[in-house]
Amino acid sequence: MTALTDLTIAEARAGLRKKEFSARDLAEAHIAAVEETHSLNAYLVETPERALEMAKRSDEKLARGQGGALEGMPLAIKDLFCTEGIQTTAGSRILGGFKPPYESTVTAKLWAAGAVMLGKVNMDEFAMGSSNTTSAYGAVENPWRRRGDNRPLVPGGSSGGSAAAVAARAALAATGTDTGGSIRQPASFAGIVGIKPTYGRCSRWGIVAFASSLDQAGPMTRSVRDAAIMLGTMAGHDPKDSTSAPLPVPDFEAALTGDVRGMKIGIPREYRVDGMAAEIEQLWQQGIAWLKAAGAEPVDISLKMTKYALPAYYIIAPAEASSNLARYDGVRFGLRVPGESLDEMYEATRAAGFGAEVKRRILIGTYVLSAGYYDAYYLKAQKLRALIARDFAEAFKTVDAILAPTAPSAAFAIGENSDDPIAMYLNDVFTVPVNLAGLPGISVPAGLSGEGLPLGLQVIGRAFDEATVLKVGDVIERSAGFTHKPQFMAGGRA
Amino acid sequence: MSLIEGRTGSWEVIIGLEVHAQVVSKAKLFSGAATAFGAEPNTQVSTIDAAFPGMLPVINRVCVEQAVRTGLGLKAEINLVSVFDRKNYFYADLPAGYQISQYTRPVVGKGEIILDMADGSTRTVGITRLHLEQDAGKSLHDQHAEYTYVDLNRAGIALMEIVSEPDLRTAEEAGAYLKKLRSILRYLGTCDGNMEEGSMRCDCNVSVRKPGAPLGTRCEIKNVNSIRYVMQAIEHEARRQIEIIEDGGKIDQETRLFDANKGITRPMRSKEHAHDYRYFPDPDLLPLVLEKGWVDGIRKGLPELPDAKKARFESELGLSAYNAGVLVAEKESADLYERVLAAVAKAAPGQPKGKLAVDVANLVMGDYFAALNASGKPIADFQVTPAMLAELLALQYDNTISGRLAKDVFAAMVETGKSPAALVEERGLKQVTDTGAIDASIDAVLRGNADKVAEYRSGKDKLFGFFVGQVMKATQGKANPALVNERLKQKLAG
Repeated sequence: MTALTDLTIAEARAGLRKKEFSARDLAEAHIAAVEETHSLNAYLVETPERALEMAKRSDEKLARGQGGALEGMPLAIKDLFCTEGIQTTAGSRILGGFKPPYESTVTAKLWAAGAVMLGKVNMDEFAMGSSNTTSAYGAVENPWRRRGDNRPLVPGGSSGGSAAAVAARAALAATGTDTGGSIRQPASFAGIVGIKPTYGRCSRWGIVAFASSLDQAGPMTRSVRDAAIMLGTMAGHDPKDSTSAPLPVPDFEAALTGDVRGMKIGIPREYRVDGMAAEIEQLWQQGIAWLKAAGAEPVDISLKMTKYALPAYYIIAPAEASSNLARYDGVRFGLRVPGESLDEMYEATRAAGFGAEVKRRILIGTYVLSAGYYDAYYLKAQKLRALIARDFAEAFKTVDAILAPTAPSAAFAIGENSDDPIAMYLNDVFTVPVNLAGLPGISVPAGLSGEGLPLGLQVIGRAFDEATVLKVGDVIERSAGFTHKPQFMAGGRA
Repeated sequence: MSLIEGRTGSWEVIIGLEVHAQVVSKAKLFSGAATAFGAEPNTQVSTIDAAFPGMLPVINRVCVEQAVRTGLGLKAEINLVSVFDRKNYFYADLPAGYQISQYTRPVVGKGEIILDMADGSTRTVGITRLHLEQDAGKSLHDQHAEYTYVDLNRAGIALMEIVSEPDLRTAEEAGAYLKKLRSILRYLGTCDGNMEEGSMRCDCNVSVRKPGAPLGTRCEIKNVNSIRYVMQAIEHEARRQIEIIEDGGKIDQETRLFDANKGITRPMRSKEHAHDYRYFPDPDLLPLVLEKGWVDGIRKGLPELPDAKKARFESELGLSAYNAGVLVAEKESADLYERVLAAVAKAAPGQPKGKLAVDVANLVMGDYFAALNASGKPIADFQVTPAMLAELLALQYDNTISGRLAKDVFAAMVETGKSPAALVEERGLKQVTDTGAIDASIDAVLRGNADKVAEYRSGKDKLFGFFVGQVMKATQGKANPALVNERLKQKLAG
């Protein structure tokens, strides 16, 4: 029998129904796996007692023939989600020890559906990063290693703890958030599936804000089907979030028909960027070939504003962040470093509480919103954002989905790219436009790099058409038959 | 044109006012927390008001309705699409580090207010805009030697900022503007206008110029909290500016505070206002879109406002412009007047309508207002009720008491809070209309003053008043004066 930690949600669901094992068995196996993978530094807070208690309730429900869509499924929760009474830091020192008196809408929905909480997982500070090295609580290691090279690699970011935990079998699945690629890029780096839903699909209420107009929660799983199952629970209108879409949630799992015949798949020519590894291009071509073989029709499209996406993003996201992070001032919660005056307390608190990358973005954001610079930066970036969205809207008049690489490279070593923020920002070149346009995008593991590291392909869809994104992602997953496992995982080597 | 004389000639004062009016609403602008005045510190604060991580604002429909109602009451354009912006600055009583306000696209555009000046003239003052915004909390600097305490009860309460055009020219006009605005807000029920409790606050922009010259540099006097202080502050500020210019100096554009103890304005410390607010659209809120039908519904439900009521009092009731103006100035007095009028019309159906209207106006504006002002109570708490006033007039109309006695009865009503009928009964004040009794009194008076009777009969007509007085005295004022006159004339002639 497959180890309980190696199951997908769909398999675990079937096993529980057939009473092959209990929710308690699942929880215990995962609690052990969390222990076993400590060296990855994926978990910031472990909640084994709560997991066992929740599993007990799940078993009781299952025994009565009840149970929600995620009954008994042990999950890791990105530390950006506020969890009632459980420390929530957003990977920052400034929120050290902060225990929210409320539960985020998305996690509340997960628990209501029967999911079991394993703990809170590491992330880039305030979700700002593509490598999980900006966390105040230490970098996370990717469970994957380059062939013949034991240097620790980054799991991507900002949802690096989520990606590492899921890849290392220390959670059946995890929540992530994606502002510029923070679900899809780590999913690609860790060989798992991650979907960023349409902006407005999942409530942002109770999720620590980075850039409010871009942030979106989504699942990180080991299969497209699992992503569909989990998204079905996470999504839905929330009157507490004014930007949450008042739309019904379709049965995403039902979309996984494997049938993409006649679908038009856009291939954006602007996504062939300078310096992109040949193997990324090869993988992309492979993806096109798979979809073609499945009966879809690749269509060459142009997203001509693509090159402006990164600059626009690195104005808009920091601008919003500079304002969103003003509340961390030492007055009401979190870290306070005393000072002689209010201003000194602010300065001391924020100097000690924020890391370098967060400070950099607050400075950039403050600058681009300042009098005399607003029009040249923020306003121009917003105009570009509208044009980028228009590019996609035009493309979606003729195509049903777009296929692109998720990231321009495989996982890199911890410490690489660290002294050049621009090189780091380039990681998001294929993911950022999707956030700016508010569209859904999924990353599906599709192959290995020459060094033996996972690479993902990204499927982008129309707004609120996650169903198509999942359907096409599912076909890529079936075609790729990606069964590789990381070198380091709970339950021993693959 | 009203001018101020200086050493170098006449000066024109240019005044524009920004009024912050607290919206009458049970809940705050973006959270469900309560808004009652005078609660224990920090007992009316939600995690949204305190800007906890992940908390999101949701607009309160009632507050929007109140702003629209106010806009309509100011005969202003209602903008069907408006936008909430963030105004960023750090202060301990501003939890999020930004205030949600409306910057470039307010909910209400241009309108007007008609001022009723003391000399009976009117003047139209333009309203530039009205926008919705959050109030900040309150910093308490006097609770501890070293610390400032913060009370967030007020944080997040909805304010309407109502900005006038620089159309005002004198402190008196500014006072009239505030009185009229407050009156309109109270008629509309959108702000209680209570400046002492801070539910209406005023910033004054003041500059001076030689008539016909371009506008001078203005100073803003912040947060003045009574109409009297506003007038004093403007008066002082205009004199100060004229003096500086006449001494060869220049006005610095600055923010000043009014020192009520000294009656002067002084500059704020520069740190208190050296802000670059970095306004940008709040990404947590969608643009506020109103339906025309909804706005029209509010328009249909508007109450009669002071200008319309004044016109009606003049045309329908035949009141003088002055009396009508005094009665409508406060909603409470206009309501009182109309209630007394309705009650007395019912009680004394035979009286001509025009007479009733004038009699009620005279009673309300005379004895009633004098006693009310002396009591210092609001109309609602005053022991003399509309029903009692109506009864008092009715007792006069049916000749139960004379006008002279009515004054005594009114004084007794104020003193005891008893109804006029009860007082008349209790004190035996019922008017004597028995001609026999009156004749007996007259005869006695004439007998006792035979010399005066002779003088009268020889042509000293003026003595008639003397005889009336004596008769009234003899009857303890209870004799019907008309009857006394009539009988006395007959007997003296006889």
